[in-house]
Amino acid sequence: MPATAALRVRNLRKGYKDVVAVDGLDLEVHPGECFGLLGPNGAGKTTTIEICEGLTEADSGEVEVLGLRWSSDAAALRERLGIQLQETQLAEKLTVLETLRLFRSFFRQGPGAEEAIRVVQLEEKRDARVGTLSGGQKQRLALACALVGDPDLLFLDEPTTGLDPQARRQLWELIEEFKAAGRTILLTTHYMEEAERLCGRVAIMDHGKIIAQGTPRELIASIGVEHVVEFSAGNTALDLAGVRGMTGVREVRTENGSVLLQVTELHKAVPGLLDELGRQGVPLTELRTHSATLEDVFVHLTGRHLRDE
Amino acid sequence: MSSFTDHALVQLTLMRMREFIREPEALFWSMIFPIALAAGLGIAFRNRPPEVIKVAAVTPRLAEALRQEKLLDVTQLPPQLAEQFVRTGKVALVAEPAAAGSSDGSVVYRYDDTNPEGRQARMLADQAIQRASGRQDAISGNDQIMREPGSRYIDFLIPGLIGMGIMGNSIWGPGFSIVDARRKKLLKRIVATPMPRQYYLLSFLLWRMILLPVDVGIPLAFGVWVFGVPLRGSFIALAGTCVLATLAFSAGGLMIASRVRTIEAASGLMNLTMVPMWVLSGIFFSSQRFPDLVQPIIKTLPLTAVIDALRANMLQGAGFTQMVPQAGVLVAWLVVCFGLALRLFRWR
Repeated sequence: MPATAALRVRNLRKGYKDVVAVDGLDLEVHPGECFGLLGPNGAGKTTTIEICEGLTEADSGEVEVLGLRWSSDAAALRERLGIQLQETQLAEKLTVLETLRLFRSFFRQGPGAEEAIRVVQLEEKRDARVGTLSGGQKQRLALACALVGDPDLLFLDEPTTGLDPQARRQLWELIEEFKAAGRTILLTTHYMEEAERLCGRVAIMDHGKIIAQGTPRELIASIGVEHVVEFSAGNTALDLAGVRGMTGVREVRTENGSVLLQVTELHKAVPGLLDELGRQGVPLTELRTHSATLEDVFVHLTGRHLRDE
Repeated sequence: MSSFTDHALVQLTLMRMREFIREPEALFWSMIFPIALAAGLGIAFRNRPPEVIKVAAVTPRLAEALRQEKLLDVTQLPPQLAEQFVRTGKVALVAEPAAAGSSDGSVVYRYDDTNPEGRQARMLADQAIQRASGRQDAISGNDQIMREPGSRYIDFLIPGLIGMGIMGNSIWGPGFSIVDARRKKLLKRIVATPMPRQYYLLSFLLWRMILLPVDVGIPLAFGVWVFGVPLRGSFIALAGTCVLATLAFSAGGLMIASRVRTIEAASGLMNLTMVPMWVLSGIFFSSQRFPDLVQPIIKTLPLTAVIDALRANMLQGAGFTQMVPQAGVLVAWLVVCFGLALRLFRWR
């Protein structure tokens, strides 16, 4: 393990008028890794990342960024951080190039505006006004603004929220390039695919606390389940006790008329399920299986989904 | 990366400029509108040449006598028609001999004595006829006509409009940009960079300074060239007043925008600030018309100070020393507003 953490947070607390946004949070991000804060909306992810960015003051706890503290080294820290905030609208009347030259002028050193445009692949939009860009292009410009100071640590707050699937994949590719270039990244997201794909380590947050932490693989393994079988028996009455008693079934839940089984061995669970349904004389109208994901980890830990839509 | 244009303050000021020139409405309201206003009011209140009054006479002798008076436009008409003309107001007065065949030459004037024009016609006509009949003036009087620039309404108006323009542009410009940037979280994004925060506020003042020659120059040049409005005072004092006014009002704009989160709230606050000054500070009519009791309050308003100083400079040729009280008022507003803005300003 490296001597100095890129980010170290100890027992962080922050409350607003009537809610506790962050409730005793510990976090450590190592240099060169992409760390993900995964959690539903309102879990305290943005508050946490904004405290780390020096934009919000914590009620208590310690935050050490690149070995420095906001109270004493704010100016030096700002030079070394690349920040992309949730929901920033850049000046619409400026062009892409003008926007980047503006942000570049705020930093002592870093790549030029043209170089940043090339990195985020906005060459064709170099002289287009920001107001004419698509959601994905705006988000790539926001990333470029975070890069012009050649940061040692990148904070990305929900970088793909609100984007269509194609724009999201394009952004993921960019972030993967940053990872390959050895940048340290802390990103927040409520998309489990995003965390699984991009992050070396993930902390799952709920109600201001971290409820699980590790690599995606470790987290999924920790619930002792490798696969999820989802089936529906139409309107026919079903005896769940029989299903629950099958070998390799860890947990049985019903959801919107479907039954979800968390199982360890798919090749034994599926034939077993078919036998059991045949024994009960229940028809099978739907059957799906998938490998366990971080979503399943979250459901396992909280009984809720990441996205309650 | 050390050239002039790579400096944060230059880039921020460039951003101000780009946002301004790429907004056609802003350009119209701050440049064309003051000219249209000055032109409209200048035409409405222009000083007309002395009016000539239409009168009628029924005999050639009377008509000849009346024509000696340049301010009368005389027509000779038959009696019935003349009578009809005066009734319908086509002429202000009819002069006719007192009685047919009377030899002393006495005259009857028919006119409406409730109409000022009629009374004036009576005076002028009688004077012309008396002179034609041989009356000598007891003493001679010579006219010296005074129609000098500097005392007309347009002369009064142009400094008022300049002051109003400086106030409006300085308060709306920075105020709106800041509230908009706060609302769009751009303000928060910008302070997350190492840029010194005062640069952001300073860029607004810089941009107003760059725009000042245009803000002031357009209505001033228009007044001077089109209406011959005088510039009697020191040009440096005039420029200094405008700079000070811009700084004071921009500081006011920053203060108003220091915490507001919505454009609507900002609009309300700005109107609350500016409307009383539009009324009280003597843009369109002299603030002396308000009661003595409120005069001390009116005198401490920044817009009153600006307009009083501009009028004193342009119309009376006042020097620096005579403008010290107004400059003092502006400096006080500048210090108080900027101090409060720095103290109250919310970056998120």
